Amino acid sequence: MDDPLLSVHDLSRSFGAFLACDRVSLDLRAGEIHALIGPNGAGKSTLIKQIAGELAPDSGSIRFLGRDVTRLGTARRARMGLARTFQVSSVVPEFTVRENLVLALASGQAGFPGVWSRAMTDSALTDGADAVVARLGLAHRSGIVASELAHAERRKVEIAMVLAQRPKAFLLDEPMAGIGTEGSAEMTDLLADLRHEAPVLLVEHDMDAVFRLADRITVLVSGRVIASDTPERIRANADVRRAYLGDGPH
Amino acid sequence: MNRETLANTVILAALAGIPVLAHLGGEPFVITLATRIAILGLAGVGLNLALGHGGLVSFGHAAFFGVGGYAMGVLASHAQAWTPLATWPVEIPGTNLMPVIWLTAILAAGLLSLVIAALSLRTRGVYFIMITLAFAQMAYYFAISWPAYGGEDGLSIYVRNRFPGLNTLDPIQFFAVCFTLLCLTLALMSRITGSRFGLLLQATRQNPARVEALGVQTYRIRLFAFVLSAMVTGLAGALYADLNRFVSPSMMSWQMSGELIVIVILGGVGRALGPVAGAGLYVLLENQLGGISDHWQIFLGAVLLWVVLFARGGVLGMLCDRRSADG
Ligand SMILES: Nc1ncnc2c1ncn2[C@@H]1O[C@H](COP(=O)(O)OP(=O)(O)OP(=O)(O)O)[C@@H](O)[C@H]1O
Ligand SMILES: [Mg+2]
Repeated sequence: MDDPLLSVHDLSRSFGAFLACDRVSLDLRAGEIHALIGPNGAGKSTLIKQIAGELAPDSGSIRFLGRDVTRLGTARRARMGLARTFQVSSVVPEFTVRENLVLALASGQAGFPGVWSRAMTDSALTDGADAVVARLGLAHRSGIVASELAHAERRKVEIAMVLAQRPKAFLLDEPMAGIGTEGSAEMTDLLADLRHEAPVLLVEHDMDAVFRLADRITVLVSGRVIASDTPERIRANADVRRAYLGDGPH
Repeated sequence: MNRETLANTVILAALAGIPVLAHLGGEPFVITLATRIAILGLAGVGLNLALGHGGLVSFGHAAFFGVGGYAMGVLASHAQAWTPLATWPVEIPGTNLMPVIWLTAILAAGLLSLVIAALSLRTRGVYFIMITLAFAQMAYYFAISWPAYGGEDGLSIYVRNRFPGLNTLDPIQFFAVCFTLLCLTLALMSRITGSRFGLLLQATRQNPARVEALGVQTYRIRLFAFVLSAMVTGLAGALYADLNRFVSPSMMSWQMSGELIVIVILGGVGRALGPVAGAGLYVLLENQLGGISDHWQIFLGAVLLWVVLFARGGVLGMLCDRRSADG
């Protein structure tokens, strides 16, 4: 197989005396969904934050598209093609669904943003925004302000925003959190679709979704990788069952 | 026409119409009040870009207001005394031409704000408020201890500066100049806030982490907004000095920064014409209550408290619906 798109090598990060990320290594290859699972407080979000560039690691390195990005800022990494959703939906609350998407598209344009031509009547932006909105089945909610959306809808808007970025890799931190069973089923289909756009590093607690979607699973416990393998072998792994799956739905 | 557009039209029509009536009725004092409103409104429109759209609570905009004022004072005083401003490397004369003074004021405020913003924008929240205040205080004390231009006493300019083709000493003509600049700036602001930059600025105020994750360095967005904002306030400062034919360090005082914030809040934070409505209310209160008591600012404080507690959108927020998502 060719070089992974994204690779994390020996990443460590502590908060005071507490080691939240302990020599973690993992990679993300073209076309795959790589799930990252583990109990609460295992350090999953901490890892995602370091990959996204929001949190500096104490040691270790991150390579993306063949380049060492460990010291690069969040925005620079995003521009290279790293798109992420947050554990708590992160959209622009006072913007409508459509404005949020126009924002996502405008953010990707090269150079300093224009100060003169109107963004909301620029068809280069609005056409793309409307297309993504329609694709996610949000067309009828297009004019609603994000803060007034239902939780599951806001999640979808956030997914729509990262889709609009046309990234080279997706980092999704618990996209199913708190959206209900019906929402989860829909979201699972949506994520299965994302794989065709770019590979996905998926943090998720919903084991049904994880085992349906993932090509590979990495298990994190207390900041450390205890297993990384195919879904079948992870399901059979005794350590994993003890540490995590045992009290899960499987 | 929605309610805010209607309110905006009424505000501008009133601001333009009242001085015209006052001119016909021979009431120059009313024209001066309206000019004050236009100028303070313009300063507030500048601050509103940073404070309202960008969420950058600058407690130091008096520095830019004052720099605009001193740009006028310095240039005009040299023109008045027939002495050059500088002799090396080229001789730079003073000037009493308004357009040149305005440009200088805008550039000087822009440069100063670039330095202040580059440092202040590394902080957030209350630290940002404090550091902008600290920079403005530095500018204030610098002006006080600069004897060449009047020091503490300030600088008087005996004749109002010139604008080609106009008699600027005629109150209504000077008002027309200020009002025109206000309208041009409002049109410019409307383009800017509706542009891609404007969209990013508002998004940055509400959710900077999301904007960074979308690939935009929010620091640059904030920096640009702050500098633009200061430039507009600097222009207003030059006009204000010309209105009074006087500039002094008090234009840079923290009270002045506070007045500008009050004007923006009174009118409605983040609303296009909020600062104009706010300036109108402020000047009227000052004028009415100031006649009754020297401590009129106590009443102003009460009004302000009321706005902050019960009318979050300011005067315009009360007149119109809740904030329209103007993206
Ligand atoms: N900024 C911080 N300061 C101190 N401790 C932190 C900080 N961020 C995270 N932690 C700690 O690091 C550990 C890992 O947190 P993290 O959010 O990465 O867990 P997680 O695996 O994402 O958990 P969850 O499944 O609940 O989202 C937790 O014990 C948390 O309390
Ligand atoms: Mg987490």
